Amino acid sequence: MNIIRYIIQKEFRQIFRNKAMLPIIFIMPMIQLIILSNAATFEVNNIKFGYIDNDKTSFSRELVEKFNASTYFNVLSDYPTAKSAKSAMLNGEVDVVLEIPQYFSRDLIKEKKSDLSLTINAIDGAAAGVENVYVSQIVQQFNSKIRVGLMLLGTPEAQPQLIETIPLFWYNETLNYKTFMVPGILVLLVTMITLFLSGMNVVREKEIGTLEQINVTPIKKHQFIIGKLFPFLILGLVLLTVGLIIAKLIFNIPMVGSILLMYGYTIIYILVILGIGLFISNYTDTQQQAMFIAWFFMVIFILMSGLFTPIESMPEWAQILTEFNPIKYFVQVMRMVMLKGAGISDIFPQVLKTLLYAIVMNGLAVWSYKKVN
Amino acid sequence: MGISVKNISKSYDKVMALKDISFEVKPGELFGLIGPDGAGKTTLFRILTTLLIADKGEATVAGYNVIKEYKSIRNHVGYMPGRFSLYQDLTVEENLNFFATIFGTTIQENYDLIKEIYVQIEPFKDRRAGKLSGGMKQKLALSCALIHKPKVLFLDEPTTGVDPVSRKEFWEMLKRLQKKGITILVSTPYMDEAALCDRIALIQNGNILEIDTPEVIKNSFPKTLFKVKAAETFKLIQDLGSYELTHSAYPFGEYIHFTSNNVDFNAKDLVQYLESNGHTDIEVNETAPTIEDTFMELSK
Repeated sequence: MNIIRYIIQKEFRQIFRNKAMLPIIFIMPMIQLIILSNAATFEVNNIKFGYIDNDKTSFSRELVEKFNASTYFNVLSDYPTAKSAKSAMLNGEVDVVLEIPQYFSRDLIKEKKSDLSLTINAIDGAAAGVENVYVSQIVQQFNSKIRVGLMLLGTPEAQPQLIETIPLFWYNETLNYKTFMVPGILVLLVTMITLFLSGMNVVREKEIGTLEQINVTPIKKHQFIIGKLFPFLILGLVLLTVGLIIAKLIFNIPMVGSILLMYGYTIIYILVILGIGLFISNYTDTQQQAMFIAWFFMVIFILMSGLFTPIESMPEWAQILTEFNPIKYFVQVMRMVMLKGAGISDIFPQVLKTLLYAIVMNGLAVWSYKKVN
Repeated sequence: MGISVKNISKSYDKVMALKDISFEVKPGELFGLIGPDGAGKTTLFRILTTLLIADKGEATVAGYNVIKEYKSIRNHVGYMPGRFSLYQDLTVEENLNFFATIFGTTIQENYDLIKEIYVQIEPFKDRRAGKLSGGMKQKLALSCALIHKPKVLFLDEPTTGVDPVSRKEFWEMLKRLQKKGITILVSTPYMDEAALCDRIALIQNGNILEIDTPEVIKNSFPKTLFKVKAAETFKLIQDLGSYELTHSAYPFGEYIHFTSNNVDFNAKDLVQYLESNGHTDIEVNETAPTIEDTFMELSK
């Protein structure tokens, strides 16, 4: 016990003496949390909108006015011809071009139908999809208003069928993206710091040769490993704490669930990450190698965590792969507990899987750490 | 209770680092492993300190088998690797405390053993190990290797890269430790240090060439040795190389050490040969062989 305590003490001393690492450990994650949470939004705003009005009637002007009124669109200009609109899109001056055909209003009144042509710049596919939805919504609103107008003109068949859906967004009523991004980004920061530090730590002792010196001592494997990893567990929890405080104070994220449960789960989760870090450490000879391998896993874990793209929309094989992604569980748990107030029974599957993962990874790590080669 | 090595072999992929090595180190002996870089010294150290498992053969350290009783060995040996491998970002005292703790002891408990060495670095005990001078680092490393009162001490090239004064001091410290009953196995590429050991083993390319006391090894030199000097050293080596009576000729300080393959060799013949080749300022004198000469002879 004395030995473990001394190693922990030594690790903390080394962490706090490393003047270059301290800000990396504590300040950088906080800056990242603040910047990313404010910037990494999925909302599509300020869409550059252009139109070609071949009809030039009050109807067509009213339609354009609808876009003008929308907060999503910046109505830039009308183009005289489709050709000039095309070249404007090629130059990146406009993202969405709506072409209103000639006789738009006439057809609408006489034939009760008309077509609109819409061109969207789909270099960013995700944004293009969202833009399409926005445009459709506006056109639909316009449509229903026209129908009411036409009915008033006395056509009996045109019954107003106004079914309006009023969505209610549970657990995030204002659909504030920060509410679900902040817990996710916090998860990433805790993961990154603990994985990189633990992954590089044992390799560092290999590099400077102290590991060899330690290996000839009677120290037990478990003493060394616990002593090495415990400080990073503490570090991870400190990061979580600071992150939660920022989430509450700066972003005013609701914290509905039990804080205790969040910490309890985080401890199990960090054990998984530390196990992975130590495992990487055992199979590399330099900090550089360890860093690159840690990055490899980190990028896959992040992109397949469901934080940026929903797991449900991934191909089936990828969905199976995400079962082995610890970040996925942590993101789920953090969102469920923080936003929904989930209890232990709600997150039981995640807890069980993470615990199993922790046991397997640490078992592998201890097994692969050899004092003799 | 010392060290016993029997038929140890070890190869890395295709390179044989140690070839069927056997030797004994008596308890309380100061035993030197002398050989150039790449001779297999470090491999042997790693096997004896249980960091590496030999392909073949058996070895015991302080009476414990290196395979079966490796745990006991770790309690009873001190190891100072060739490279300085303490925590550079911890202070002198913290390093010493760290190693004392993982050996389950304290500085106070074994202070008498390290006292003579430690007092020299004690004024700097709050300095980070990375900021110490080479000689100081080495004293700290030795203190750390001694803190648990080992029965056997392994020192892998402890004086490489250390200034001559510190080297001399270091060997004096080893002599004192030996008097306290510690068996010491030390490796070095410096032949002059070999003379300070009780017995030495000359090792090259994974083979042991000779094991004996430095005195015996020096005297076992089979030929009459001459030191030769002339104005143009490079031409001298070339000419000696093509001389028909040459057995060996290699540079040794400012001289060339020369032996002849002729038992009745006369130095005057050599002077004559060199003069006929246009050398000036020729000096040819008989000289006493050193361990290095024996090593060169054995490794020929």
